[in-house]
Amino acid sequence: MNYISPVLWQFLQHWMSNFPLFPPEASKIAPQMDALFFFMVLVSLVGLTIVILLVLSFSILYNKTRHPHATQIEGSTLLEATWTIIPLGLFLIMFVWGALLYFRVYTPPANAMNIYVVGKQWMWKVEHPGGQHEINELHVPEGVPVQLTLISQDVFHSFSIPAFRVKREAIPGRYTSVWFEATRPGTYHLFCTQYCGTNHSQMIGHVVVMTPDDYKKWLAGSTSGNSLAQNGERLFASLSCNACHNNTPDARGPNLANVYGSSITLSSGERVRVDDAFLRSAILDPSENVKQGFVPIMPTYQGQISEEGVISLVEYIKHLDSNYRIQQTLNTTQLLPSSEGQPAPSGNAAASGEVKQ
Amino acid sequence: MSTATIVSLPDQSTARVPKMNFLTRENGLLSWLLTGDHKRIATLYLISITFFFFIGGALAGLIRLELLTPQSDLLAMDTYNKVFTMHGIIMIFFFLVPSVPATLGNFLIPMMVGAKDLALPKINLLSWYLYMIAGVMAIYTMIAGGVDTGWTFTTPLSTHYLNTHVISTGLAIFVAGFSSIFTGLNFIVTIHKMRCPGMTWFRLPLFVWSNYAASILMVLGTPVLAITLVLIVLERTVGIGVFDPAKGGDPLLFQHLFWFYSHPAVYIMILPGMGVISEVVSTFSRKRVFGYTAVAFSSVAIAVFGFFVWAHHMFIMGISNYAALVFSLLTMLVAVPSAIKIFNWAFTLYKGSITFETPMLYAFGFMGLFTIGGMTGVFLGATGTDIHLTETYFIVAHFHFVMVGGMLMAFLSGIHFWWPKWTGRMYPEKISQFAAVTTFIGFNLTFFPQFILGMLGMPRRYASYPPEFQVLNVFSTAGATVLGVGYLLPILYLTWSLKYGAVAGDNPWQATGLEWMTQSPPLTENFPQIPVMDHEAYDYEWLERQQQQEVASV
Repeated sequence: MNYISPVLWQFLQHWMSNFPLFPPEASKIAPQMDALFFFMVLVSLVGLTIVILLVLSFSILYNKTRHPHATQIEGSTLLEATWTIIPLGLFLIMFVWGALLYFRVYTPPANAMNIYVVGKQWMWKVEHPGGQHEINELHVPEGVPVQLTLISQDVFHSFSIPAFRVKREAIPGRYTSVWFEATRPGTYHLFCTQYCGTNHSQMIGHVVVMTPDDYKKWLAGSTSGNSLAQNGERLFASLSCNACHNNTPDARGPNLANVYGSSITLSSGERVRVDDAFLRSAILDPSENVKQGFVPIMPTYQGQISEEGVISLVEYIKHLDSNYRIQQTLNTTQLLPSSEGQPAPSGNAAASGEVKQ
Repeated sequence: MSTATIVSLPDQSTARVPKMNFLTRENGLLSWLLTGDHKRIATLYLISITFFFFIGGALAGLIRLELLTPQSDLLAMDTYNKVFTMHGIIMIFFFLVPSVPATLGNFLIPMMVGAKDLALPKINLLSWYLYMIAGVMAIYTMIAGGVDTGWTFTTPLSTHYLNTHVISTGLAIFVAGFSSIFTGLNFIVTIHKMRCPGMTWFRLPLFVWSNYAASILMVLGTPVLAITLVLIVLERTVGIGVFDPAKGGDPLLFQHLFWFYSHPAVYIMILPGMGVISEVVSTFSRKRVFGYTAVAFSSVAIAVFGFFVWAHHMFIMGISNYAALVFSLLTMLVAVPSAIKIFNWAFTLYKGSITFETPMLYAFGFMGLFTIGGMTGVFLGATGTDIHLTETYFIVAHFHFVMVGGMLMAFLSGIHFWWPKWTGRMYPEKISQFAAVTTFIGFNLTFFPQFILGMLGMPRRYASYPPEFQVLNVFSTAGATVLGVGYLLPILYLTWSLKYGAVAGDNPWQATGLEWMTQSPPLTENFPQIPVMDHEAYDYEWLERQQQQEVASV
């Protein structure tokens, strides 16, 4: 190749021989997804080869020089049935296989560790249950199922990790979820794949998969001091949620302890399961979600709490298994002289005597 | 390649293009702007959509140039977003949707069914005016500063988060929609009511069947798009809150409404192209289309099923898993009629007498590229693989294979095939064969690497991308320049042929359709007298007998 400059040649050679043709497989679902992908590639190649062979061989056998007079043929029911039924059968196999994978990707296992992701123009904000915050990065342990609960605070975004073969849209106004189990430590691309405005192509980041030990170290090193649930508890008090949701005999709001995961009846008669999505809409749109037997007096918190705030509250209610601390906080607040800012020491004798679980 | 040809031209030393034809009947600008003649309106459409195609093509060129390097350097991100938005809007609403129906369909359907004109000539002219008004609005939008919603207008981005010219774009597409509704309506009425004596439904050329199916989609689907765009405009101007979650609206509702039109729209775009391929493959293999009835009904099946697959654009958007299941199944069903067509065309060649003029080369290109485009559609229709592949370059490659590799190839095939009928003159054969091959090579080089990019996860609509994707993007951009040459050539030699092309005579291809039984270019009334259809479609033996009789009687 001495007619090309050797420097240019070396550059070209390096450049042209160093580009990926296939993404890394770094999650449990990735090899399963790729198996279907390659099955489809195979079927496509066979189909394409058949079409090309037919067209080529007929073009050679029956071109005008070799075959000057066409033989008129009306059609053939048998042949047509063949090329209706065989593609249909293959497509149905792909449908069933694909659907199995789809249900797997979008049905998180019960023991999955939950991480919240909020999309906004143009960044990903990640909230770990332990209170770690990240922007455009997501640290996850290897070999542990991780569920992402996604929401957008403005437009549609889409959280895509090609190496894991998973993707889910983050939609304003509702939670969506996806899960994965990372299998290979490393750093992988994180993209927003739903067009979201000017800096759409900058809404990218990294997913870092760590060994469980490294992950523990990372968790310890990145904590902001309070867990999500602790933040939620503070919000719960500062928004005066505890004024009604305290399970005292004259409480105006329903008891929230252990409510997560149970089924309740709404005043409309509808039975709903209390999950993240329900809690979110009960906070932001309470009049549509009144529990049977209660009066719709709760004000809406739409526009008053950020999506992160709602996430903290949801995380708090999720883990709330007794009303003890709620009542404690409530009583100490009530006992406070209005001029004093300092909270009274907890476990006030007068109050705790009165309140029982 | 065989040099045998079916072209039979009149003796060039004596032949003349008929003095009296639809092009020369009247002169002056007004005779064109106020015409009711479907052939003149088709000509107006042909010029206008070519104009828009080159605007859209120039924008595509800008996109590919920007993507030559990983950084956003040639265009600012905002500009890039406006460029791909305008590329999509112009190519879809101002080129692909009207391409075959409004030009070839307009020109041919009355002749194919043996009528003097479309049923509603004034409505036909109105639809061209609406198209032009919409086009002017779109160009105004572009000059005034552009729009960056993407052609999909995703809410709430388009309603609350952008300051660009969303309203004028939305209204432009709203108006363009009426143009296509009127065209569809006109075709349906014409095909039902204006068929000549003897022209039964099953003697109609397959081109008419496929345009009929597309017309149904236009008439039933486009109003939904119109309503959706009006809702977007109302949301922006008075904030009615249908799509706004803060007001109790649902942004997913927009997705449902938008794709309820926009999925059938891809069949509006591809079905008429399939009609062209049926005509061309039959003519150049001298054989009736294999399984005429199956091909005709598969067009109708595509039109019917096409309405029930829209949510396959929303598999990852949080629709219920079971809804995804149903829509995926229906998507698999709609893939079958396309497969049937491909095999029927391939078997039309069987025991034919094949020649390889330019329209046939484009048709072969169509069959290969549409097979790839269709098969990769199945990758996206299966819910599991869709999760990984959607919203990446895989989907970009998929729909360009169907729309550019399929539809544009079919359009060019049809333009070359009916060019002699339209203008009375032949295009130059050698250079056009060269252009067809160039287009095919350029197309594959441009879009095949994008499948790999998509599998690697490169998201669509990115002005900048990670550097490891560069090599494949360079291939793609290189291919785009070849493709550009492939599209420029026809403009040049077709214009040249208007004056210097060989005189074509009535029926240069020895084809059987009624449109070939009249002079080229046709009279304003199409036929000297209303023809009687006394043979089946694609009856080449009838044609031979006819020609022998003529020779005998002379």
